[in-house]
Amino acid sequence: MSKFRMHILVCGGTGCMSSSSGEIFDVFEKELSANSLSNEVQVIKTGCFGFCEQGPIVKIYPDNVFYVQVKPADVSRIISEHVIKGRTVPDILYKNPESKETVAEHREIPFYHSQLRIALRNCGLINPEEIDDYISVSGYEALGKCLTEISREDVISAVKASGLRGRGGAGVSTGFKWEMAYKSQGDKKYVICNADEGDPGAFMDRSILEGDPHSVLEAMAICGYAIGADEGVIYIRAEYPLAVERLRIAIRQAEEYGLLGDDILGSGFSFHISLSLGAGAFVCGEETALMNSVQGMRGEPRMKPPFPAQAGLWHKPSNVNNVETWANIPPIILKGADWFKSIGTEKSPGTKVFALAGQINNVGLVEVPMGIKLRDIIYKVGGGVRGGKRFKAVQTGGPSGGCIPAELLDLAIDYDSLQSVGSMMGSGGMIVMDETDCMVNIAKYYLEFTVEESCGKCTPCRIGNRRLLEILEKITSGQGTEDDLTELKDLSAAIQDSSLCALGQTAPNPVVSTMKYFWDEYIAHVRDKKCTAGKCTSMLTYKVTDKCIGCTICAKNCPVNAISGSLKSLHSIDPAKCVKCGVCFNKCPKQAIERV
Amino acid sequence: MSEFSSQLSELDAFIDGLDTLEGKLIVVLHKAQDVCGWLPAEVQNHIAHRLKVPASKVYGVVTFYSFFNTKPKGRCKISVCLGTACFVRGAQGIAEEFEKRLNIKVGETSGDKAYSLDSIRCVGACGLAPVVSVNGKVYGRVAPADVDGILNEHK
Repeated sequence: MSKFRMHILVCGGTGCMSSSSGEIFDVFEKELSANSLSNEVQVIKTGCFGFCEQGPIVKIYPDNVFYVQVKPADVSRIISEHVIKGRTVPDILYKNPESKETVAEHREIPFYHSQLRIALRNCGLINPEEIDDYISVSGYEALGKCLTEISREDVISAVKASGLRGRGGAGVSTGFKWEMAYKSQGDKKYVICNADEGDPGAFMDRSILEGDPHSVLEAMAICGYAIGADEGVIYIRAEYPLAVERLRIAIRQAEEYGLLGDDILGSGFSFHISLSLGAGAFVCGEETALMNSVQGMRGEPRMKPPFPAQAGLWHKPSNVNNVETWANIPPIILKGADWFKSIGTEKSPGTKVFALAGQINNVGLVEVPMGIKLRDIIYKVGGGVRGGKRFKAVQTGGPSGGCIPAELLDLAIDYDSLQSVGSMMGSGGMIVMDETDCMVNIAKYYLEFTVEESCGKCTPCRIGNRRLLEILEKITSGQGTEDDLTELKDLSAAIQDSSLCALGQTAPNPVVSTMKYFWDEYIAHVRDKKCTAGKCTSMLTYKVTDKCIGCTICAKNCPVNAISGSLKSLHSIDPAKCVKCGVCFNKCPKQAIERV
Repeated sequence: MSEFSSQLSELDAFIDGLDTLEGKLIVVLHKAQDVCGWLPAEVQNHIAHRLKVPASKVYGVVTFYSFFNTKPKGRCKISVCLGTACFVRGAQGIAEEFEKRLNIKVGETSGDKAYSLDSIRCVGACGLAPVVSVNGKVYGRVAPADVDGILNEHK
């Protein structure tokens, strides 16, 4: 990358691409060439910077200046001011919401302060479609080191000693899984990458694959060498077309360079990687279901044991790891287990990528050391709750996780602490909820998800979760009783105990955790028939108060003509006709409509 | 001549090019949906015949995965993201607005095959929540008031 004096990094992640970063990239190329700068300044489409809330993002290197919410029309100013004259363009710099000061340098932005990037180390730095870029940041060095200097057993010991735990959900020791697959006897073994990122609201795996695909390929090859496999499969969601495309390019380039394929680096070790596209089934994130899906079957989970390490894909010993886990492997090999263990907590070393979303100011991807407090993630990195509203809960672990209330904000997060409060790490989704979110409704939302995604193989999950959902529907529609709450608890426990796979076993978690921490809300729903957050519409009534000035806006906008009243006189709502859509509440210019 | 004969011959050429038929059902279904737009019974039967598996197995796989459609879709495919991040930022209201405007429910296609409305679970553009994708183009920070504009763009 040395021949250019300046690099313009344009975020090519899905979020920024959806808000015209592709066009920004094209305009940069065009205008640079119009200014005869193409030989001096290179524009690169990188992976995700993580700060999705402020996208599209453009970073100028080596100045480290970070432009946010860039529009195609801003490009000519960036070129004429920054590239040519060396002056920043102040109005598209990040503005600190508290101090109102503009921040030019990437590192000075509070969002990045507490972050430590291992898995995301190359996202937003290199061009993911150029293998040379990856090699220039020590890419494939770890593979080379393993093949030439380290024995298979020592690779496994290093991964085991690092304490790395699976980043996809359960947190099983990665080294332990590798060792099990290594010890399994078989003429053929498989290495599988689980890129079926199904948790709604989690997008770290997609970002790694889009921003740094080679790190995953390299890690899979290292694992292949260690456990004795010559074939790797990446099972990826069909909903991630950009990631699929970049993986295809990466595999082709690695094969051309002899870093994948036969006799890698002349070591005699051969390793091939192919892609297998999913077809939209959440349960396929479960490793045995995933393997059935790779085999072209329905993605139903298998009984364990036998574990995948014993009889996995095509009943051959297989090792399955998730994308983020893979991305941690090359640095562990290069820098050593001790370095990795020095980060994070004793039982959960390293970092974790979280996808912050929901009612939070800085939506985006963040990578922080394990053991960081929830409060620091939400307030320091995440910038707090949107619109100055009151924090109510944070949901972690997706549909299998739970809701954590404000009183636990000082929890230091790792696998075990999250489990101890009834949630889980999951893939690292973190959805922030504020006072306007109804926790019963949130539990219902997750149950709708699991009911739809239950594969139907085992009864507790297929039928039990549907019954849970029906009870929640009853409660949110104002028909619930206190007996229903007992029923919810008992049924949840039964489903957790008796389901076949993790999907069913964890499906009641959102219900159990919201009942534990937001019991008052459940009681208000069943006893007082009230939804304090105002989300369960059938329990609401709308009334016109005497603030009404008789402007008739509400009556004109009411879709069912439930509002009567003449000009300049107090209006009234006919409760029999009202469908509780809330249009009048939102349209009234005088806030004269009350919702109780 | 069947309605799908040209598509089926394209599919046949694809199947002929596979190195093995074992475990290729989902791969073939992806291709079939690519060329036909959806997976009518005729196409499913044809695939069963070519891959030498029972038609019931093909049907079982098709209906297991939400990506495969057993009904034709509209020319304009609208997908409202109902992932959690979008949900807590009001995606349900967006879906309802589309239902009202198009007079169809989520999962349905309009009678003239002009529009189909679906929900999806997270496209990973949570920074732009709530998100709507129309024929692959993503619209971010959508409000119910934007629905008309989006529909007009895809008339």
